[in-house]
Amino acid sequence: MFGHQNKPLRYLLQAFNYTIFMALIWYFATSPSIRILAEDEAVITLAFGHVGELREPCRKLSYEELAKLPPNMRKPEDCPRERSPVVIEASLDGNTIYNKSLQPPGLFRDGSVNVYFSGKIPAGNHHLEIKMDDSVRNEGFDHTFEQDINVKPARILLVNFDSQKGFVIQ
Amino acid sequence: MLVNPIKRAYLALESWFNISFGTEWNPLYHLGTLSFFLFWIILVSGIYLFIPFHGSLAGAYESVEYITHDQWYAAGVMRSLHRYASDAVVITVLLHMFKEFASDRHRGFRWFSWVTGVPNLWMIVALGITGYWLVWDELAQYVAIGSARLMDALPLFPGTMTRNFVAGEMTDRFFILIEFLHLLGQPIILVFMLWIHVKRISNVEINPPRGLAVGTFIALLALSLFKPALSHAPADLSTVPQELNIDWFYLNVYPLLDYWTEGQTWILTISITLLLMILPWLPPKKDGPKAVVDLDHCNGCGLCFEDCPFDAISVQARTDGARFDEEVVVHPEMCAACGICAGSCPSSNPFRSSKTELKTGIDMPQLTVDEMRTKTGEAITALDGDTKILIFGCEHGLNVNRLDRNDTKGIRLICSGMLPPTLVEYALKKGADGVMVTGCRHNDCFYRFGNRWLKMRFAGDRKPILRGRADRNRICVHGGSETDKKEIEKDLNAFRAELVKLNQADVTSSDKLN
Repeated sequence: MFGHQNKPLRYLLQAFNYTIFMALIWYFATSPSIRILAEDEAVITLAFGHVGELREPCRKLSYEELAKLPPNMRKPEDCPRERSPVVIEASLDGNTIYNKSLQPPGLFRDGSVNVYFSGKIPAGNHHLEIKMDDSVRNEGFDHTFEQDINVKPARILLVNFDSQKGFVIQ
Repeated sequence: MLVNPIKRAYLALESWFNISFGTEWNPLYHLGTLSFFLFWIILVSGIYLFIPFHGSLAGAYESVEYITHDQWYAAGVMRSLHRYASDAVVITVLLHMFKEFASDRHRGFRWFSWVTGVPNLWMIVALGITGYWLVWDELAQYVAIGSARLMDALPLFPGTMTRNFVAGEMTDRFFILIEFLHLLGQPIILVFMLWIHVKRISNVEINPPRGLAVGTFIALLALSLFKPALSHAPADLSTVPQELNIDWFYLNVYPLLDYWTEGQTWILTISITLLLMILPWLPPKKDGPKAVVDLDHCNGCGLCFEDCPFDAISVQARTDGARFDEEVVVHPEMCAACGICAGSCPSSNPFRSSKTELKTGIDMPQLTVDEMRTKTGEAITALDGDTKILIFGCEHGLNVNRLDRNDTKGIRLICSGMLPPTLVEYALKKGADGVMVTGCRHNDCFYRFGNRWLKMRFAGDRKPILRGRADRNRICVHGGSETDKKEIEKDLNAFRAELVKLNQADVTSSDKLN
C-alpha cells in the first residue's frame, strides 16, 4: 500500500507499532499489582520436619530365632521400621486453623514427616494452641503447646518443633 | 469463500503489519528469528550483569541496587534490556504459536515442530522465574516460596523445599544452585530444545532483517531509559510483602496459589500443556501423497535437496548403476507433499517428451508435472479474448478459479514453488498472452520457501532459472492470501491493461516489419 515514496509514513507507522509493543511490555512487566496481605494481616507458618515414634516396639529375639539367622545378622532386638503417623491440630482463639494426619513417607513408611502450613491471620493478640500426636501406642496427644501471642502486621509467626524443647515460636 | 475467524483475525493483523513494515520487515514473518535476536540481547546484557552481580544471599540485592542506581547509565540499562527483552520473547513466542495455529501450520507433517515447540515456552518461563530469584528482593522471596510450594507438591521431590524459605533456613548453597541454573543449566537445555525444535526444517534462519532488529533494539532501549527496571524492597523471610508488582509474562501462575492448592495449579498447567501438545491431532490432518523419485530421470543434481524446506530429501551414492555419482532419496515421514522439489527438478521441462507422457526426476503423485502441462494446454485452448491470461495459484492462497472468465483461466497447484519456470515459458509459447502466478503472501509461504524460490528462479538467482527468452513483461507474480481477492483482482486488471498495450505494440512492430 505504501511504496518507497511513503517511507516517512511507513516509519511513523512502525514507530506506532513499536510503541504499542513496548507499552504492552511496560504495563504487564509490573502491573496490575497484586495484594498479598491486607494492611492488618499477618501470617502464621508451621514449618518443621518430625519423625513419628515406632509403630510397634522393638522385640527381643529368642535364642531359637537368633540361631536361625546368619551369624552376621544376629541382633538381639527386632525393630520394625514403620513409624506412627503424625497428627497435628492447631487452633487460634479456639478456631481450628490446621488439622492433619500425615503419613510417614518412604517404602517402609519410616521417613520424616514434613509439616508445612502457612495461613493468613489478623494481626494483634491471639491465643495459639497446638497439639501433636506422634505415637499410635499412646492415647491422646504427646506434645501440646499453648501461648498468648502478639503478631504485628505483615510479620510471619513461625512455629517450629524441636525434639528437646517441643514447640518453639520464632 | 469461508475463512475461519481465527485465521481471518490473524490475516488482518498480518495485513496491518504489511502496511507498516512491508513484507520484508513484517515481524509476523520473522517471529522465530526475532525471538533469537531477543535471546542475543538477553545473553549479552546477562553477561554484562554477571560481572558486578554478587552471587550470595547477603550480597545479591546490594549488587543489583548498585547495578540499577550507581551505574544506571550502563549496567542499569543492561538490566532493563535484560528484563524487557525477556518479556518481549514471551510475546513473540506466543504470537509465533498463534500464527502457526491460526494458519493451520501445526498439524500434519508439522506435528513435530509444534510438539517440540511447546516445552520451549515453559523452559523460557522457567528461565525467567529463576532470573527473578537472583534479585533477592520481596518479589524474589514471593517467587521462591511459590516455586518451592509447587515443587513440594510433586511426588518426585521429598516435600521439604518450602522449609528452606522460613527465617534463618535459607543458605547460600541453594541460592548458588539457582544462580547456576539460570546462568548455565537452563540456557544450555533451552538451546538444545531449540535445536530439536528446528530439526525438521532446512535453511534455518536465526537473524531477523536488519531493519527489524534495529527497530526492536531501539524500542527496547527507549523503554529501558524511560522506565528502568527496579527492585522491590530486600527479601526478609520474617515478613510477608503486602503488595507486589509482578511480571505477568513470567509469574502469572503464582497468584493462583492464593486461591488454589498446589495440586490444582499443577493440574491446570499440565492440562494446558497437554492440550497444546495434542492440538496437531484435533482433528488430525492427512498430508497428500509424498514426493516420488524416478531414478530413470534423476541425475542426482541435488537441486530438490537444496530447495526442500523440510529436510525431507537427502543425497546418497547411486544405487541403480547409472553413470551419475549420486541420487536423491525422499524421507516420507518428513515430506510435506508440497511439490517444491518437482518445481526445482531440471527434468520438469514441458518442452521434453512433447508427444509422450512427461516423466521427471521427482514428482507428486497427486499432481504430476505431466498433468500440469496437460492442464496448461487445455486452459490455453479454452481461453478466448484479446488478452489470454493463465493464472497459476496455490492451494493455500486465493482459489484462482474464482478469477476465471473467458480470457482468464486459473490452474491450482499445491504450492506456487512447484511451478517449473519452463512451464511459464511453455504457456507463453503455446498462446497465453500473459501468465500470472499467485501464492501465499510474499515471505509467508505455507511451505516456507515456495514463493521465495519461485521469485528467485524467475529473477535468475536460483536454479532452475526462467530462461531469458521468456518475456518478463508478460509475467506477473502476486503474493496474496485467500482474503486478498480485491488486491489480486486489482493487480490482474493492471496486468491485463499492460498486456493490451504489449499486444498492440507487437501488432504495430510486426506491421512495420511487413
